[in-house]
Amino acid sequence: MERGKTLFWLIPFLVFIVALPPVTGSVTLREGIFLILMYVTLASSLNVIMGYTGYVSFGHIVFYGIGGYISFYLMLRDGMHLIPAMILGGIGAALAAFALGEAVLRLRGAFFAIATIGVNEAVKALVNNLNFIGGAEGLFFNFSVYKAYGGAARAIWFSYYTMAAVTLITVVASYLIKMSKFGLGLRAIREDEDAAIILGVNAKRYKSLAYAASAFFPGMAGAVFFFKAGNIEPHDAFHLIKSIEMIFMVMLGGYGNVAGAFTGALVYERLKGFLLVNPLFKNLHMAISGVVLLLIVLFMPQGIIGFIREKSKKLRGVLE
Amino acid sequence: MLATWLGAVLNGTLLGLLYGLAAIGLNLIWGVMNVINLSHGAFIALGMFAAYFMVHSFHLSPFIGVFAVLVMGVFLGMATYFVSLHRIISAPELSTLLATYSVSLVIIGLGTFIFTTNPRAIDVRMGALSIGGTVLPMTRVLTGLFSVGFILWLYYFLYRTWSGKAIRAVSMNRDAAELMGINTTITLALAFGIGVALAMTAGVLAATIFPFTILSGGGYELKSFVICVLGGLGSPLGAMIGGLILGLIENLITLQIPTSYVPFLEFAILVFILVVRPTGLLARR
Amino acid sequence: MILQVEDVTKTFGGLVALSDVTFQVEEGEILGIIGPNGAGKTTLFNAISGVFKIDKGKVIFKGKEITKLPPNQRAQLGIARTHQIVKPLDDLSVVENVMVGACFGKGNAGLASARRKAGEVLEFVGLEGKGDVLAGKLNVPEKKRLEMARALASDPDLLLLDEVLAGLNPAEISNMLEVVKAIRNKGITILMIEHLMHAIMNVSDRVMALVYGRKISEGTPKEVANDPQVVEAYLGDPELAIGLLKDKRGRG
Repeated sequence: MERGKTLFWLIPFLVFIVALPPVTGSVTLREGIFLILMYVTLASSLNVIMGYTGYVSFGHIVFYGIGGYISFYLMLRDGMHLIPAMILGGIGAALAAFALGEAVLRLRGAFFAIATIGVNEAVKALVNNLNFIGGAEGLFFNFSVYKAYGGAARAIWFSYYTMAAVTLITVVASYLIKMSKFGLGLRAIREDEDAAIILGVNAKRYKSLAYAASAFFPGMAGAVFFFKAGNIEPHDAFHLIKSIEMIFMVMLGGYGNVAGAFTGALVYERLKGFLLVNPLFKNLHMAISGVVLLLIVLFMPQGIIGFIREKSKKLRGVLE
Repeated sequence: MLATWLGAVLNGTLLGLLYGLAAIGLNLIWGVMNVINLSHGAFIALGMFAAYFMVHSFHLSPFIGVFAVLVMGVFLGMATYFVSLHRIISAPELSTLLATYSVSLVIIGLGTFIFTTNPRAIDVRMGALSIGGTVLPMTRVLTGLFSVGFILWLYYFLYRTWSGKAIRAVSMNRDAAELMGINTTITLALAFGIGVALAMTAGVLAATIFPFTILSGGGYELKSFVICVLGGLGSPLGAMIGGLILGLIENLITLQIPTSYVPFLEFAILVFILVVRPTGLLARR
Repeated sequence: MILQVEDVTKTFGGLVALSDVTFQVEEGEILGIIGPNGAGKTTLFNAISGVFKIDKGKVIFKGKEITKLPPNQRAQLGIARTHQIVKPLDDLSVVENVMVGACFGKGNAGLASARRKAGEVLEFVGLEGKGDVLAGKLNVPEKKRLEMARALASDPDLLLLDEVLAGLNPAEISNMLEVVKAIRNKGITILMIEHLMHAIMNVSDRVMALVYGRKISEGTPKEVANDPQVVEAYLGDPELAIGLLKDKRGRG
C-alpha cells in the first residue's frame, strides 16, 4: 500500500483548475472557480476541527466573518494592502478561536454545536450594533481602494490569485496536520477523548490549537472574498447557512479526509451551480439539497471519498 | 412610569408563555431522544402557514383550528421520524443534527417555492383588554392562555397517561424501557411527533400576533435554544420558566437599552450558561 | 519505591468508594489487587491515573507528588493503564492506536520511531499481522491485547492492568499471563486488578485486598489468602470463596 501520495495528484489538479480562467480568459469561469477555491478552503479548514478532532463547529462561519471584518477595516481605514490585511484577519480569527475554544471546547457533542451557533449569532448581533464598523449597513470601499492594484479589473484578478494561494496553503496545511503527530493526537481525541487523555494526549491544548488552525484559513478567505466584493455587512459575513454549507461539503466528500473535503467542495459547487441554472430546479435547489444531504447522512455517512476508500484498498494511499 | 413597567411585564409574560410553548417541543425531543431538532423552526413556520390557510381558505379561527394542527402535527412528526431519524437514532449526534437540518431545508425549500418569502399576516380582530392603562390585544391574551393550556396538557400527558409515561421511561433509559416491554421505536416516534406538533401549534398562535414568512421559524428556533439552556432539558416547566425569563428580558431590558442589543444579550446568555452550566440553569444536578 | 498512595479517600455523593487507602509499590514487583465487586479497585486505578480528583490524600510517583496532575501529565511521567471495559480508538488502525501510546506517553516518540515501536510491541503481545486492521474490527481478546500494547508502547515505569483476563478462555488466559510475566521481566512495575484468584495468586509478588473502599489485608499471596478477614469478606461471594479455597488446597 502506498501511503502519503494524496498531494501528488491533488496539488497538480488544483493548479490545473486555477490555470483555466487565465488561459481561456473567461470571466464567468473565473467567478465559478473563485467560489470553488473558497469552498475548498472553508471545507478543508472545517475538516481540521470537525473531521480530525470530532468537534462539529456549527457556527464556523463566524471566523470567516471576523477575518473579513478585521481586514476590511484595516484596508479601508489605513489603506493597508490586501496581503498583510488578510494575514492579520487570519491571525485575528485564529486568536478569537483559541480564546473561545478555552471555554466552548469543554462542551461535547451537541452542546458544542449549539454553543458555536450561539457564538456566531452573538457576534453577528454585536457587529450589527458597532457603529465604527458600520453597524447593520456594513462597510463599503470606494473605487479608489482598487487603484493601488491597478484598477478594479486587475484587483479582481489579484484577489483570484490570492484566493488560489490561500487554498493551496490550506490544503497542504490540512494534509500536513493530519499526517503529523499533532494530527494523530487529534484523531485519538475524536475516537475517545478520555482514552486519549489517559494515553498522554493533552486534549485541552490540542483542541484549542486545532480550533485556532481551523479558524485561521477561513479568516483569510473572508478577507479575500470581501475585498473582491467591495462591501461587507453582518448578514453576509455571519450567515449561518454558509456554516451549514461547509458541513455539507465535508460530509459529502468524506469526514476527516483531505481529498474528501476537496471533493465535497468541488461537487457541492457544481451541484449548486447546476441546480441554480437549470430552470426546472432553480426554485427547488434548497429542497433538493435537503434531500441529497438526508440521503448522504442516512445511506453514505462516510461520504464519496470514504465510500471509495472502503471499496478499493489500492486507492487508500492516495485518498488520505 | 409605573404604567410603562406594568405594560412591559404584561406583554413580556404573554410573549414569554408563547416562547415557552415554542421551545417545549425542542426541549421534549432533546430531552427524550438526545436529538437537537434543527427542523424545529421550519415546523413552527409550517404552523404559521397552517394558520394562514385556516383563516383565508376556511374562515376558521386559528384558536379553534389549532387543535386540528396539533393532531396533524403528531402524524407529520411521526412520519418525519421514520423517514429521517429512525435509521440513525443511535448514530453520533452529527448524523441527527444533519438529518433534521436537511428536513428543515426541504420544508423551507418547498415553502419558498410555493409561498415565496413575501411577508404575510392574518387579520384576527378580537378586540382588546385594558389593564391599568395597558392595552393588550385579545389575540395576545389568548395566545398566552392557550400556551399555558398546551403546556399543562403536555404535563398531563407525560405524567398521567400510559404513552406519556412510556416516553419518560425511554428518556431515562432506552434499553431498560425496551426490556420492560415498551416499544421504543413507536415511543420515540411519538415523542418526536408531539414535539413537532407543539412547535406547529406555537406557530399557529404566533401567526395571530406577528407577520411572518416561511423563514420566520428560524428566530423562534434560536430563541428556543436559549430557553432550553435556561430551563434545562426534559422539563416542560423549565421550558415555560425559560420562556418567561426571555419574554420579560426582551420587554423590560428594552426600556433601558436599544432593542438591537437584545439578540446579542440572548446569545451571550446562551453561550455563557452552556459553558458554566451545560445541564441548564434550572435543572436539577 | 515507585508508587506511594497515602490516605486516599474518594466519595461519590454519599458513597465512600475509597477510604484512607495507604500502600506502597516497590520497583519491579507485581502487586495484585483483589476484592469483591464494588470494593473500589477500579476507583483506585482512576485515582492513580488521575481520571478524577481525590477528596483527600496523596499520590506520589517516583518521589514526586502527582495528586493534582491531570491524567495526560501522569502518562508522560510513566504511568500507563488498561481499561476493564476496553477503549479502542475504533476508526484508527491497530498500528495507529499503539502509536498514540508511543507518541504521547513517557516515550514521547516521533511518528517514525512510534511506528517502529508499535511493530515491536504488537509482536510482543501477539497481534502481529493485525496492524492495518481498524481497531473497532478486532474481537474482544484482541482488543484486550491492544489495550496492553498501547500502554506498553508508552515505555511506562508503572503499568496498571484492570482485569485483563476477564472474558478470556483458559488458553487465552495462560497466554496473557505469559505476556504479563514477560512485561515484568522487562523491569516494568505492575499493579493488577483481577477476579481470577488462581491467576492473580500465581503471578503476583504481593497481594492487597480491598473491601468497601478499605484495605483489609496486604502481604504475600499465601498470607492474604489465609487472612481470616479476607476469607470472611469473600464468604458473601460464594464463587470467589470457593476459588480461594481451591487455590489454598492447590498450594497446600
